[in-house]
Amino acid sequence: MTTVIAPPPPMVSGGEDDHGHLEELRRDPIGLMWRLRRECGEVGAFDLAGRRVVLLSGAEVNEWYFRTPDEVLDQGAAYPFMTPIFGRGVVFDAPPERRAEMLKNSSLRGPQMKGHAEVIAAEVERSIGDWPDELAIDLLDFFAELTIYTSSACLIGKRFRNQLDGRFAKLYHDLERGTDALAYVDPYAPIESFRRRDESRVELVKLVEQIMAGRHPEDRHGEDSDLLDVLMSLNGDVGGPRFSADEITGMFISMMFAGHHTTSGTAAWTLIELLRHPAELTAVVAELDELYAGGGTVSFQALREIPRLEAAIKEALRLHPPLILLLRVATQDLEVGGYRIREGDLVAASPAVSNRLSPDFSDPDSFVPLRYINQPHDDDRNPWTWIPFGGGRHRCVGAAFAMMQLKAIFLVLLRDYEFELAQPSETYRNDHSKMVVQLEQPCAVNVRRRSGR
Amino acid sequence: MRVVVDADLCQGHAMCEIEAAEVFSVPKSGTVEIIQERPAAGLEAAVRLAVQYCPTRALSIEED
Repeated sequence: MTTVIAPPPPMVSGGEDDHGHLEELRRDPIGLMWRLRRECGEVGAFDLAGRRVVLLSGAEVNEWYFRTPDEVLDQGAAYPFMTPIFGRGVVFDAPPERRAEMLKNSSLRGPQMKGHAEVIAAEVERSIGDWPDELAIDLLDFFAELTIYTSSACLIGKRFRNQLDGRFAKLYHDLERGTDALAYVDPYAPIESFRRRDESRVELVKLVEQIMAGRHPEDRHGEDSDLLDVLMSLNGDVGGPRFSADEITGMFISMMFAGHHTTSGTAAWTLIELLRHPAELTAVVAELDELYAGGGTVSFQALREIPRLEAAIKEALRLHPPLILLLRVATQDLEVGGYRIREGDLVAASPAVSNRLSPDFSDPDSFVPLRYINQPHDDDRNPWTWIPFGGGRHRCVGAAFAMMQLKAIFLVLLRDYEFELAQPSETYRNDHSKMVVQLEQPCAVNVRRRSGR
Repeated sequence: MRVVVDADLCQGHAMCEIEAAEVFSVPKSGTVEIIQERPAAGLEAAVRLAVQYCPTRALSIEED
């Protein structure tokens, strides 16, 4: 008896440069992934600087991808561009069982959600506290700063958040901009975005150091003590503090990372798409006005179902997923969809592709929130291709938190203000030159206080 | 209605327990235990919310 060995997956066209498809991935990743899908089907490959990336799309192979355990498809080594940002030993350097433990981070468990809702509602109110009756805001700057405050307040504590200002958000943004795919060749290559990434991380450590210097042992156990107080109170084996400012900063950066640019970008895209579709916006504002008419605080409402608003958010997520390429490393030889994956290959799924597959989604490139109102909902119907949050056992642990946060943001913003696009509709687009996708600037909107508010 | 768990997927986030503590129990470190596989009358709406808000989509309902 002979064993038939499955063939390697077909390679997408192009990639004649020194680093294969790396340059195209840095320039137009979504174009590259769609061409691969057209040429190769559900399983195809591209060349990332000498490393084979097997890209999967479609329900059947995505389900296999999302059900496969960490021991087989490892996240750890898949994102080398994160190591200089987090620092060594933080999160993605940890072994699978340690990560599983960390993911159980109790602050994302259900019972804490109510407290988070109150904190977030207060932060959003504070962010618009000094708005005049009319102004223009830059969506990237505004939401990126707001989500620094919400995530630091919820994950680290209000005390720490209250010691932050706009500097922290600006430096954090430089870290996110330091995610050039060139890191697959050399995470410390001499390019501008890596240089700024490293300088900004040093500056962030200094900010945290300053905050730590102002914390005294005697007030570490008060009612408003936070995670920083807890970490500072721990002693190491040889006496002295267990964690350095550098290590603590790394932990904070990593804790905030997954929920930051993702939520910020989704808030911006939800607003842009609603402004592009006035009838949808009118329906959402009417829905919120009706909720408020029934009484109840923002934090109470944010935990309830708000179908039209949730549908708009989900549709923004489907069309503009914050993560466009999910990666793992194969730790052994595997077979999927009739093709062979070799140990060491990167294996990928793409929300940017899968979220727009036909026939899974009718009219896949259009913003149609009703697909989550009419039964059956498109996300429920397509658990392995509606994947803005990934899927399966690694589905985003913060998804419910993110939805609640986004609802709280719009509950406040749309209650008091009206918005309009301040530039041609088609000029709002994402910048895909880094692995962390961000809105391209300028991305301004005009804001006016609603009459009677 | 019958509640079904996909054991591959549950990661113990306990969102279901908030929606319907009579039906779902999640230990501090572990995965969901179904207390009532066939939820009592009056709990259907809460169970549907639990299914909807499960972060890993590990829960589903089989209608009778």
